[in-house]
Amino acid sequence: MANAAEIADSARTRDIRSRWLLSLPALLIIFVAAVGPLFVMLAYSFMVKGDYGDVKPGQFSLDGWFSVFMQRDIFDDTLSLADAHLSIIWRSIRLSLMTTALTLALGFPTAYFISTRPRASREMWVFLVTIPFWTNLLIRTFAMQQVIRNEGVLNGALMWLGVIDQPLQIMFTDTAILFGMVYVYLPLMVLPLYASMEKLDFRLVEAGYDLYAGRFQVLWRIIIPLVRPGIVAGSILVFIPSLGAYVIPRVLGGGKNMMLGNLIEMQFGAGRNWPLGAALSITLMIVVMAALMVYVRNVARSDVRHG
Amino acid sequence: MRWKTTAASAAIATMAFAGAAAAEGALNIYNWGDYTSPEMIKKFEETYKVKVTITDYDSNDTALAKVRAGGHGFDIVVPSANYVPIWVKEGLLLEARPDQMENFKNVDERWVDVPWDPGRHYTVPWQWGVSGIGVNTKVYGGDINTSAIWLDPPAELVGKINVEPEMNDVLFATIRYLGGKWCTDDKELLKKVRDKLVEAKPKWLAMDYSVTEKLPAGDYAAVYYWNGAIFRSRLKNPDIKFGYPKEGYPIFMDSVAILKDAKNVENAKLFMNFIMAPENAAMISAFAKYANGIKGSVDHMPAEMKDAPELNVPAEFKDAGEFLASCSPDIVALYSRIWTDINK
Amino acid sequence: MAKRYFDIRSQPGFVTIAMVTFFLLYLPIAVLVAYAFNASESMTSWGGFSVRWFGDAWQNQAVQDAAWRSFIIAGCAATIATITATMAAIATTRTRPYPGLGFKYAFINQPLMVPEIVTAVALLIVFSRIKVWTGYSGLGYLVLAHTAFCIPFAYLPIRARLESMDTTLEAAAADLYATPWAAFRRVTLPLLRPGIIAGFMLAFVISLDDVVITEFVKSGGQDTLPTYMLGQLRREATPEVNAIATAFLALSVLLVTVFYFINRKKD
Repeated sequence: MANAAEIADSARTRDIRSRWLLSLPALLIIFVAAVGPLFVMLAYSFMVKGDYGDVKPGQFSLDGWFSVFMQRDIFDDTLSLADAHLSIIWRSIRLSLMTTALTLALGFPTAYFISTRPRASREMWVFLVTIPFWTNLLIRTFAMQQVIRNEGVLNGALMWLGVIDQPLQIMFTDTAILFGMVYVYLPLMVLPLYASMEKLDFRLVEAGYDLYAGRFQVLWRIIIPLVRPGIVAGSILVFIPSLGAYVIPRVLGGGKNMMLGNLIEMQFGAGRNWPLGAALSITLMIVVMAALMVYVRNVARSDVRHG
Repeated sequence: MRWKTTAASAAIATMAFAGAAAAEGALNIYNWGDYTSPEMIKKFEETYKVKVTITDYDSNDTALAKVRAGGHGFDIVVPSANYVPIWVKEGLLLEARPDQMENFKNVDERWVDVPWDPGRHYTVPWQWGVSGIGVNTKVYGGDINTSAIWLDPPAELVGKINVEPEMNDVLFATIRYLGGKWCTDDKELLKKVRDKLVEAKPKWLAMDYSVTEKLPAGDYAAVYYWNGAIFRSRLKNPDIKFGYPKEGYPIFMDSVAILKDAKNVENAKLFMNFIMAPENAAMISAFAKYANGIKGSVDHMPAEMKDAPELNVPAEFKDAGEFLASCSPDIVALYSRIWTDINK
Repeated sequence: MAKRYFDIRSQPGFVTIAMVTFFLLYLPIAVLVAYAFNASESMTSWGGFSVRWFGDAWQNQAVQDAAWRSFIIAGCAATIATITATMAAIATTRTRPYPGLGFKYAFINQPLMVPEIVTAVALLIVFSRIKVWTGYSGLGYLVLAHTAFCIPFAYLPIRARLESMDTTLEAAAADLYATPWAAFRRVTLPLLRPGIIAGFMLAFVISLDDVVITEFVKSGGQDTLPTYMLGQLRREATPEVNAIATAFLALSVLLVTVFYFINRKKD
């Protein structure tokens, strides 16, 4: 006769197995069309770069990995840290963090607003948030240029209001890149936040007020912890892709300031150094993956609330 | 939700089987974006009863990578001059012998024996141009036939300059400006080149492609850019003038080549021959506003193009122009490192 | 329950910020639509009112093909991605950590972590081999590639939603003798709906915008709107693309409005 523990165990094993089956299609697709091909890249990062791009088949070298962090000075061959790479990486991290913070600042109230609309109209608001993004990224970037350039809408309005008398040079600066990225990644913050907030149990909020909490306390200690999964999801969806952004820095930044995405892209283009490009990307990926795994192991335990 | 899934599956199924096998009378051209005259294509389609598809690329390296990987389905590609030797070396081009085709006699003598395809065994000229100076003469009235405009800019132009984000064109002009030759490995000189560019870059506003928008509108007062775009800018704003850097300027020429694993070789050859006829070459030029390499085509071009200074190199500057050659891989690696250094 | 005289739901400034955000979202769009009617061929300086670009776009077969192709690929990819992501989300949340959970989470989100150029080149190499072996060059490769990178975008909102839900209703359904499948279909799924919709929308938008991966994976004649425009980046883009974007925008708004009214009736 099986005892309770054994029954619980086998139920758990069945549960785990069915969970693996459920996740199989997604895992399979990603393996075939994303992770699998990356093994090719991994191999490439250990190979010798070809004269005209690509790699020389069958020849191996650690040069790609070496060049990620170290460089020989172009003119006198001294060894040093690859500071060109480091400054580019730093600019990317800085801009991505700022983008995440800004999208959170704008997106949180927006998602909250949508979740507190009458139930029937909520999906309409969600569509309203995403419809601007059904236009093409490049077209939107051109339109965004029109807003921030010297004779554009923003400067025009500021001058008309008398706040400034000379147009602010926003175009082609890091600020322009920031504006562009916030604009592009905003729905990626709003939508997960909304998904999480929509189910917010306002009885808990009411309980907070009943206990004489102020509005800010209710926000900070009740609402935010409850929607934390949405905040985390949104932040991941904004921060990580923005690290590898490449079109926006190119168009709005005037091409003068490279970000990580541009640096990597250059290796596969005019730079003709595929091993370096591969090594740079895999480094980026490993760092991010490690952080995510730690997160899910320690922080994202299932917060099952009981009724 | 179920109808959505069925509709989706139906769509997928149709799309999946719509992958066309080589149809009768087809031609697949792989060309730069926005570079092919639709009228010329239509004329070709009607003359030879061939269905043409055009697929875009935005850089020589992307095109090279895609074709080298195989399975691409293209017949014709239009690489830049400095890449043609690479394509030939990697065995990707068919030796189509356009110099034996009927219309070859129309090719301008200047472009028959080019260093990167002597005797024209592989390619046919499509369009050519130069990188030069464009200045809004309302802002600056001095000599514009010099690279000093963007390397040692006069005070009126500082902070209003755009330089094309092309490693080869920029490095070429700078090396010549400092007295060197292209593909040099003189490290002393290259150091000066790097330092000069690092010093000049803060004086530029941008390194961007949308010149035809911004130069006439006044966002830029001066540019180092391709002549076709400056020509179009001048048409919008007559204050814009074009200058040839007397220290040295790069010439680019894009040429049509047939791929070795092309499936429609006969149609591709017909196309090559077709574009060597003056009237057709004129259509190509009229579209993108660059000169082509065919004699007699000027007669068929729109009036504004016939005497344009951008398209007709004055005698005094003829020798300063040089084709961008493809340097050895070590030199390329060196130049890329300099370029990254400038852009960081 | 006493009726409060202040709205427990409102937070100071939130409505204002939300409104400002919507305004900022639509400002560039308004500019874009306005320039679709620009008489001059500039994208940045106004030359008067004209509808010539709509006429040009109507005749430009290449652009229309590209735009339609974008939408079809996005539709297929987003649908498959959402379905598989929903399954994966359910499989990875609301459970005690089991071996491989962390790995799965990182794996599913992997497409986010690598700059697109790298995936693009890797896919070019792998898919080209397959194209040569099988001789098949249809849109399947593009749909597959798009689905893969859309999955994390669908997965994360759905997962966030799932984590915010409690299990009482499902427990109640089980108490009422519902089978797991029935409980899923009639309790969990409707509760998940906002998450699923959010996920689908995100995946759709992401697929529509993809340029780098498409550029490398596409075969002859398979330009999408972004790759078409990328090609134009070096030359000159005319307001013709604005006209196309405006037309699609109008179409989408129409679709959404219809969808909304159908849903309203259902409720």
